[in-house]
Amino acid sequence: MRFAFFPGCVSRGGAPELYQSTVAVAEKIGIELEEIEGWSCTGAGALQESNPLLGDTLNARNFALAQRMGLPIMTICSTCQGVMAQAKVKLEDEEYRAQVNEILATEGLEYTGGIQVKHMLWVMVEDIGLDKIKSLAVRSLDGVFLAPFYGCYIVRPSAALEYDEHPQRREALELVIEALGATAVDNEGKTRCCGFPILTINEKNSLAMVAKHTGEAQDLGADAMVTPCPLCHLNLDGFQAKAAKQMGRQINVPILHLPQLIGAALGMDGPSLGLNRHIISAFDVAMKMGIRV
Amino acid sequence: MEVTLNVKRFDPESKEQGSHFQEYNLEVEDHSTVLDALVKVREEVDGTLALRCSCRASICGSCSMRVNGHAKLVCKTKLRDVIQHDHKVLVEPMNNMPVVKDLVADMKPFWDKVRAIQPWLQPDGAAPEREYIAPNATMLHLTGVMSCIMCGACVSDCTALEVDKNFLGPAALAKAYRFLGDPRDDAGNNRLKMYGESGGIWDCTRCMECVQVCPKGVAPMERIMSLRDQAIQAGFNNNNGARHTESFSELVKHSGRLDELRLPIKTFGMFNFPALIGLLPVGLRALRRGKMPPIIHKSIPGAEKVRRIFEKVEGKK
Repeated sequence: MRFAFFPGCVSRGGAPELYQSTVAVAEKIGIELEEIEGWSCTGAGALQESNPLLGDTLNARNFALAQRMGLPIMTICSTCQGVMAQAKVKLEDEEYRAQVNEILATEGLEYTGGIQVKHMLWVMVEDIGLDKIKSLAVRSLDGVFLAPFYGCYIVRPSAALEYDEHPQRREALELVIEALGATAVDNEGKTRCCGFPILTINEKNSLAMVAKHTGEAQDLGADAMVTPCPLCHLNLDGFQAKAAKQMGRQINVPILHLPQLIGAALGMDGPSLGLNRHIISAFDVAMKMGIRV
Repeated sequence: MEVTLNVKRFDPESKEQGSHFQEYNLEVEDHSTVLDALVKVREEVDGTLALRCSCRASICGSCSMRVNGHAKLVCKTKLRDVIQHDHKVLVEPMNNMPVVKDLVADMKPFWDKVRAIQPWLQPDGAAPEREYIAPNATMLHLTGVMSCIMCGACVSDCTALEVDKNFLGPAALAKAYRFLGDPRDDAGNNRLKMYGESGGIWDCTRCMECVQVCPKGVAPMERIMSLRDQAIQAGFNNNNGARHTESFSELVKHSGRLDELRLPIKTFGMFNFPALIGLLPVGLRALRRGKMPPIIHKSIPGAEKVRRIFEKVEGKK
């Protein structure tokens, strides 16, 4: 199983433990990742605010680079996944694609449409399969309670993300958590917004969202939250203490990246998964999983 | 088809405090809507159940409520599309609004926000002798947003409103886009200034809930993004929101990737010491954990090619 790997800016910046754990887990499972040489930012929705054509062109460029490799794309960021999926839908329009390809032509690139873009979460469910995941899980996560947190762009708009064609995407995170032997907590906030996009614009609101969702997970008895989105991770992990202070309550919920959880169940050790690189310490949940951080 | 409606009940006149859930087991037709089932409950099982509906054809916008946690027009929602494995369907009143009774939400906050964006034309100069003329072509881009039936679904599920009642919200801001874009209106700059203030366009989280739940394809969030762009173009860019958008673009243009360290610095402004000091504790903790973004940001291989795309597309705009 080979993919053109699209790591996204955050896993190469503020969340290096996501990149590290993805590469380690992929190798263990037998997913061959070939990083797209020269990939650029997807625009994350922010670039699209002021110039949708620019955003679509950058994505078409990444698609074309992957097509040149002859491989489908694997992402590890909910935001990248969603932005790429939306761009893909728009670029199915031949006239629009021609307009975009005209811009790409100076680089000698052409996107011919129909690229497959899959988040690692979906790869786990749809390509690896839940039975295989179960058979690979060697470390018991019995009694570990985990609250899923998806990240908006891997949930909405569901049409661009092909939810009707792949109904399991609606509960992919819970399915993986349970297949690995842990228990998924039923938190209402799992598909809501973490507040990251407005962190520097309206910090009060952003922190209120962090406190609401981490607080809910804690109240439901979660040992940790699990997210396939590094932007959610930055906010829920990095700003949790500040958010708890703003709300005037105690909150202390470690936030795990999806591949960190998978790696933990697969018997990998804490440092190789970067479990020591979180702002909210993952020590307790790691101990509960039988891992030394 | 057998269905169990799990309905959130609330009676302001009851001595019991707060709301509770009540289940109704029904036999319904395969093609029945959630509204059909609720009306059946009210007419045949429990006359005290309060709900609001009128046209039953997704035109009037009266019957928005949450089904399995998401706002929907229940007249447009078939039971077979929302029924769970255990035959249950969860029905609750809209979120982000007070509840009058059971499934009836009080839309007053909704209408207050719509009024606040001044939803009327404000032309300059003397009135023409006859009607104001708007050529077809200039109105076409507004047809999508004019499909709004004011049902409140987007407001119900808005994540920003959930934490901040001051936010104007998706429906009102979509309406704002509609008036700003009308060729007969001359209050553009006043509007953009007003919409850019606290509680306005920059407080949207871009979470797409409104795009997902709108039963009419209005896509309020996309209208808000357009308002942001129009505000920047008109020079209303001395705020964190506008600086964030502009800096994001500059940084990606420069190196092909986002420089996470410089984005907040550029957004707050280099000399905004209080805001920058506020980030220090998190920065230091990140540093200690070995997850501080690199001080010297590396460009992608072939960054100049990305820069060329920027120049080409920006030139077109």
